[in-house]
Amino acid sequence: MAAREEILAALRRHAGPGLPRPVLDGVGARFPDLVARFTEGVAAVGGAVVRVPDRAAADAALRALPIHLEAKRVASLVAGVGAPPFDAGTVEDPHDLEGLDLAILPGELAVAENGAIWIEGASLPHHALVVIPEHLAVVVEAGAIVPDLHAAYARLDLAGRPRWGLFLAGPSKTADIEQALVIGAHGARSLTVLLVG
Amino acid sequence: MGHLTTLRHPEAAARFAADVPRTHWHDQALWFMRLKRDRAAAQVPEWERLRELAQAIKAHALANLPALLEQFERNATGAGATVHWARDAGEHNRIVHRLLADRGVSRLVKSKSMLTEECGLNPYLEARGVEVVDTDLGERIVQFRGEPPSHIILPAIHVKKEEIGALFHEKLGTAAGASDPKYLTEAARGHLRQKFLAAQAGLTGVNFAVADTGAVVVCTNEGNADMGTALPPLHVACMGLEKIVPRAEDLGVFLRLLARSGTGQPITTYSTHFLGPRPGAELHIVIVDNGRSALLGRDPYRRALSCIRCGACMNTCPVFRRSGGHSYGVTVPGPIGSVLAPAVNPLAHAALPFASTLCGSCADVCPVGIDLHHQLLAWRRELAAAGHVPVVKRLALRLAAWIFASPRRYALAGRLARLALRVLPARLTTRLSGAWGRQRELPVAPAESFHERYRRTHGRA
Repeated sequence: MAAREEILAALRRHAGPGLPRPVLDGVGARFPDLVARFTEGVAAVGGAVVRVPDRAAADAALRALPIHLEAKRVASLVAGVGAPPFDAGTVEDPHDLEGLDLAILPGELAVAENGAIWIEGASLPHHALVVIPEHLAVVVEAGAIVPDLHAAYARLDLAGRPRWGLFLAGPSKTADIEQALVIGAHGARSLTVLLVG
Repeated sequence: MGHLTTLRHPEAAARFAADVPRTHWHDQALWFMRLKRDRAAAQVPEWERLRELAQAIKAHALANLPALLEQFERNATGAGATVHWARDAGEHNRIVHRLLADRGVSRLVKSKSMLTEECGLNPYLEARGVEVVDTDLGERIVQFRGEPPSHIILPAIHVKKEEIGALFHEKLGTAAGASDPKYLTEAARGHLRQKFLAAQAGLTGVNFAVADTGAVVVCTNEGNADMGTALPPLHVACMGLEKIVPRAEDLGVFLRLLARSGTGQPITTYSTHFLGPRPGAELHIVIVDNGRSALLGRDPYRRALSCIRCGACMNTCPVFRRSGGHSYGVTVPGPIGSVLAPAVNPLAHAALPFASTLCGSCADVCPVGIDLHHQLLAWRRELAAAGHVPVVKRLALRLAAWIFASPRRYALAGRLARLALRVLPARLTTRLSGAWGRQRELPVAPAESFHERYRRTHGRA
């Protein structure tokens, strides 16, 4: 650990006088209609929102979509939405998820300002379920929309619970060839948000 | 820095700019990004407050780096990750190679990491029999071309789609003459999917390392960091030690700024928080110094360690847009790179702080409020004092200082210049005016100076 001690010693020499932790005040987006803003936000990052009153309606709406109608292999991680439920828990090796056409994931909370949804790692047997399927549907409650990322982190309380997770904003995309936006770089080619309630 | 050859920026830039239509195309492509950034920033009413907070959080983090790094290490280790420390590029490369070699890894997929570019990791591993595949589309393109990225977030911004079509035709067997971005991206998707499935380890950079949770946060649009780490049993995350943010809630500030500043998106598609390894897998985090601790002790340049690598200063810089990222000859080009590089090797990179008009546009768009143009000016003074400025420039500036120091000499020089403009052929006066006159016509000389005119009309100076 000579490297660790040397680096820390050099940093202690150069860090300078301590500075107080800034207080995160004076920020926070406000939107009169969180659902409307979130719907716009999702569209802006290349996804689509389908508003449904309840889980049963979410199931019916999803089954009517081409991403479900045309899917051969589906993995639903949300009880009662999309079928037949694919018991991803029985898949031990994430490589076996290759070829999955659609995964239906639970979203823990949604951010109105940027259309991102927090996908909680603990809710998935495999991290690969976020990226390997051709298409994704995420089920999230309308009551779980917060205005911005500050509110999202306050709600998530990441310091309290050790876990992985991600903000997912729309389908996979790239603009690395002459800045032409192409959807479906490595991950999902589409993202459908089933907004419940 | 690392494996890159040292270039003199003016010569390299002149070569790039010799292709006028291409320079214009490059300029416009980056200006388009700048405009998207402006639109995105304008949609956040408290944008300036966010920048102030980001700057304050980074200043706090830099002043408390030792304690925060130790806290991060404790929490990351507690979550099951293994933390390694590397003093320099060589040590970093040896650590990564040992992790791979001990597990028999010969196929590695990487998502974008400027740090590993800085350390020259790819050639190091390739020389030891590891197949390294850069999986970001732009990085894969430049890897196929055998060159470094020309921009930190748009690695292939200097390459035209027809050239990528020809490259993919050769490397991936796409149809000859095809250059449609959608088609080419689809071909890369298929090619890289096979690489992801076959990989034995995934390596990522780190956008933010969170001290109070021990998580590392990696942001991509393509999903390649997630794909590269979700399948193989080993994830190696390499970070410069300045990537620390104190608390998870600080991420709210940085994630609102990062993508808006870089590409004008409200957030990147995937902002993944890795805390500990997946069940049955390993997570190793390599914390790298490589000159950073020394920079921390050097005012005013220490503020450059606040950089979150959004690329905004490159997109807006009139010199970068017209000279291309490769002309800088360093891993991180543009205004921020021109501050960072001389700290590593003043002699090799002495030209970079002069690759700027000091217009300050970089500082205006910097999401963490780094005073970039002031730092570039500070470097110029320091490099000139150390004798790292070309003799011609040094003598010319000394002459100018001598002339400006005396009203009589100044008036005489003005008369001589006006006379020269009148009597000498334009071909000669243009040459005498140096680089400035290369693309400009010199002004028509007035008959008299302001002083002379004032004296004539008012009787005294």
